[in-house]
Amino acid sequence: MSSNDPQGYKKTLNSPYTGFKGWIDSRLPLVRMMEAEYLKFPVPKSLNYFWSFGGIAMFCLIGLILTGIFLGFHYKPSADDAFDSVERIMRDVSFGWLIRYLHANLVSFFFIATFIHIFRALYFGSYKAPRELVYIFGLTMFMLMMATAFLGYTLPWGQMSYWGATVITNLFSAIPVVGDAILTLLLGDFTVGDAAVNRFYVLHWLLAFAIVGLVIFHVITLHMTGSNNPTGSEPQSWDETVSFHPYVTIKDLNATIFFFIILAFILFYYPNILGHSDNYIKANPMVTPAHIVPEWYFLPFYAILRAIPDKLGGVLAMFGSILALGLLPWLDTSKVRSCLFRPVWRYCVLLFAINFLVLMYMGGKPAEGIYVLISRIGTAYWFLFIFVLAPLVGFLETPRQPLSITNYLKSKKA
Amino acid sequence: MSDKKTPRRDFIKLSAMTLGGVGAASLAIPFISSMNPGKDTLALASTEIDLTPLEEGQSLTVIWRGKPVFIKHRTKKDIEDAKNTSLTELPDAEEDSARVQNDKWLVVLGVCTHLGCVPLGQKTSDTKGDYGGWFCPCHGSHYDTSGRIRKGPAPTNLPVPPYVFLSDNRIKIG
Repeated sequence: MSSNDPQGYKKTLNSPYTGFKGWIDSRLPLVRMMEAEYLKFPVPKSLNYFWSFGGIAMFCLIGLILTGIFLGFHYKPSADDAFDSVERIMRDVSFGWLIRYLHANLVSFFFIATFIHIFRALYFGSYKAPRELVYIFGLTMFMLMMATAFLGYTLPWGQMSYWGATVITNLFSAIPVVGDAILTLLLGDFTVGDAAVNRFYVLHWLLAFAIVGLVIFHVITLHMTGSNNPTGSEPQSWDETVSFHPYVTIKDLNATIFFFIILAFILFYYPNILGHSDNYIKANPMVTPAHIVPEWYFLPFYAILRAIPDKLGGVLAMFGSILALGLLPWLDTSKVRSCLFRPVWRYCVLLFAINFLVLMYMGGKPAEGIYVLISRIGTAYWFLFIFVLAPLVGFLETPRQPLSITNYLKSKKA
Repeated sequence: MSDKKTPRRDFIKLSAMTLGGVGAASLAIPFISSMNPGKDTLALASTEIDLTPLEEGQSLTVIWRGKPVFIKHRTKKDIEDAKNTSLTELPDAEEDSARVQNDKWLVVLGVCTHLGCVPLGQKTSDTKGDYGGWFCPCHGSHYDTSGRIRKGPAPTNLPVPPYVFLSDNRIKIG
């Protein structure tokens, strides 16, 4: 910047492009931003396929918004009309069945991609400094995703929609003193009803776009630090990086296509396998289904909720389980990021992942006998992992010296 | 302010921000309040019920404010069980006499106090739980013949809605 331009404002007027592109870019610097962040952006050349799941999740989100818009053209958010309008989408609207099945199954695949994405962050230490905010924005999105998915599941107004909504909104009644007043405020009625389905529909849209906003923050913070990689070592030179395009774009596209082939298989052959048949029965406020289960992606958290024999305690443990994960960047005391070089913590993380799947299984079983006991052990390990193992293992374990990106790739070839 | 530690400008900024904050909070009141039940919802629909067709041991479910209300014609054994329970056995201690106006009739909200499911036990074929009252299938809460919580995660007894006996066999809820 020159002396007569102390703030450097004029810099933005000097576009590297010419013609129409240059005309736009000198007024709206999006072109040069996209080139810097998505074409030339350097990423470590040691990334494996675990690094494709962020992009896959983004494609799922785009798909959900697109199918959601088209469903919205036909859906009617009222207690009287909701169920019938969804049935009309399934039977009468041209390709309505395809759009709705896509929407319903894309959510499941969005969660699969996100779970793998979070596991990647834990295993390779992506949450550690300086990427704490990337991780925090990610966890915030995950919580918004769960809220959005819950709201969306109530909209078809089937039996599971209704009773799922009743059980989950009743979690708020566990708050001491003001719980019932808050619940009435949220529902706009004394029960889940017409008022609730109307506002749940609005909030379902609102939160979906809130997630889009957070994706932008997630990416901005990520592009400040650059991507982590399996070694956890930062690239030492340009030699250890490749440009985002074409290397990452092509690789992520490859992974996305493979992922969506699996989605297509479920979509066309088993479109209801991840749902519950009771949701094809219209909501009946007088009859609770014999066995209420939430959607599969909520099951681990549902197991934690039921593991605690106290109402308020269960609610706190469930929300606390995710919030506590947000403290991991500060509780993990190790200087080494990647589990490849952490002989003890590696097994703690793998056990955490297995424990997650076990809790998922327990959440789908009735709350009795051995299932409750295992849920309690699983819940205990969840918090032990975060509050005890993370600080302690980082302190006691002797990690191996992390390889540089170049040496890691050499060792893989050998 | 003579010592210049809090100059006039800081004071003005602070006052303006406080006033702005109070203003914004006041503006939020009508919006938050609009989310509460409207007057039409609040208009207490009271429900009148004729109890004559209910035989001893039978139950009836009626709708009040969109929620199920359980009315049970209790048997002698039900009443005795409810009366002879020591208060120390109850997580939410309450005498049976405080929960009924007439020993024969128990009127409670049919909404589990855990997470709002409708407990089983209204039909004669239903499972009634370990204490002969109701059993919530969602998370396994057991209620006794007075609708009191005995076992499971629910924190309180099934609430008793406001009701009056219009005659020996008619009640009005609400």
